[in-house]
Amino acid sequence: MGITMLMLGLVVLLPLSTLFFHSSTLGWSGFWEAVTSPRVLASLRLTFGASFAGALINAVFGLVVAWVLVRYEFPGKKIIDGIVDLPFALPTAVAGITLTTLYAPNGWAGRYLEMIGVKAVYNVVGITIALTFIGLPFVVRTVQPVLEDFDLDMEEAAEMLGASRLQTVTRVILPVLIPAIVTGFTLAFARALGEYGSVVFIAGNMPMKTEISSLLIMTKLEQYDYAGATAIAVVMLGISFGLVLLINMFQRWSRARQGEI
Amino acid sequence: MSATVSRVVRGMGAGAVRPKLTEPRWVRILLTTIALGFLSAFLALPLVSVFYEAFRRGAAAYASAIMDPIALSAIWLTLLTTAIVVPLDIVFGIAAAWAITRFEFRGKTFLITLIDMPFSVSPVIAGMIYVLIFGAQGVFGPWLIDHNIRIIFATPGIILATWFVTFPFVARELIPLMQAQGADEELAGHVLGASGRQIFWRITLPNIKWGLLYGVILCTARAMGEFGAVSVVSGHIRGQTNTVPLHVEILYNEYSFAAAFAVASLLALTSVVTLVVKAIIENRLRVQLTTGEP
Repeated sequence: MGITMLMLGLVVLLPLSTLFFHSSTLGWSGFWEAVTSPRVLASLRLTFGASFAGALINAVFGLVVAWVLVRYEFPGKKIIDGIVDLPFALPTAVAGITLTTLYAPNGWAGRYLEMIGVKAVYNVVGITIALTFIGLPFVVRTVQPVLEDFDLDMEEAAEMLGASRLQTVTRVILPVLIPAIVTGFTLAFARALGEYGSVVFIAGNMPMKTEISSLLIMTKLEQYDYAGATAIAVVMLGISFGLVLLINMFQRWSRARQGEI
Repeated sequence: MSATVSRVVRGMGAGAVRPKLTEPRWVRILLTTIALGFLSAFLALPLVSVFYEAFRRGAAAYASAIMDPIALSAIWLTLLTTAIVVPLDIVFGIAAAWAITRFEFRGKTFLITLIDMPFSVSPVIAGMIYVLIFGAQGVFGPWLIDHNIRIIFATPGIILATWFVTFPFVARELIPLMQAQGADEELAGHVLGASGRQIFWRITLPNIKWGLLYGVILCTARAMGEFGAVSVVSGHIRGQTNTVPLHVEILYNEYSFAAAFAVASLLALTSVVTLVVKAIIENRLRVQLTTGEP
């Protein structure tokens, strides 16, 4: 118990509190000015937009992947199931250089995207690809257990009562999965907001255009603009805490609601 | 990742799909194709291409990229950092899981949230807080300079930053496992006169060994591959404060792509091993939770 608190305090709490201490040296007006400068705003807009897009892609395809992994049988299913966790195991820097090479105009995948007129590196598309990659396991891994636990009697009951297969899936199964999908989406979104390693290689990093917030913090640190860097960090931290809080509240709410039914 | 133990806990008893209730054949094929297409574009293709790019210039170029003294020193630093950080995480993980699952106290939920915090903090911010504390302009900066101690842009900073980002891994896996197991066996040991140390080594540890190993595997993978946090505190001094991921970055930015991918392939190989070991342990955990046999 003592060890727990001591280590937690030294490694997590003390460092994080310095962050707020540092940003308070700026004062309110200084803080506001640092956060609302055009370059910072552009980076926040980009980070949020691309993270949202990536999480949305994951919500849709993650659901399909989870469905296929739970409900269908096909050769190599175990391997496919294992590989879903790759983004957690593969270092982000490796993911970054690999995705960049792969989706560059002369890469294996970029070549074909180029043919249909899509440039997939050094722009928003590339950033979204990287953020989709790192958030991929979240939706799959939150939906999968719920789907595995799903009571097949409910499906049978729906079928008996004359529902078509499509109706059973959309009206009976999908509503049960929604909380898991939302949780997975939010986790992927939160992870994408703070991502650095996999994005910096594919982004191109042009200020105002393809510069994500994490990179801007890095740049400001390298220029010894500690106050400016801290201001952005505080905003991002506040948002990710808000998101975590939101998931917890949502989970409690949906549990309570399901309990009522 | 950390949800896996709870997934195993909850997923027990899920039976096989009854064949009658399923979609038409064409829907099944379509969905499977979409899923596999998505996974191969985002996961399988990148994994294959790391190794392809690494060996593109032949085995000799591959070997020379890895045997390069700077690369070797980066590998050494990464191994050293991992060897220091992982035991610390194990000690904390067991202590935290023990405290949370075996005692009742106020603010437990808050404590769990705090333990999870490094997961929700951007790695760049994680590195930055250490610069703010120990950097030249930081809280302890002047004192450290006076006493000629270097933390930022040196190995201690790298270890601290890695420790921060890997902090929750072991605790996160152990908490749901120890909750599911309960304290009955430990209480029985206590009643029969076992000392605290005996209870830990003979009862608790054998019971949690697979969960512990699982957390350690994830923790090790992250410790070896951390990039953002380490990048902030390292200062990128070649041969001194470069870890393997940072070395990959430098090589790549210098357009030595083959060498960058050669070194990256080492990391990719580690992550493949991680996934395989993880799958094996997951299996063991499932067996343990259904049969109760450690």
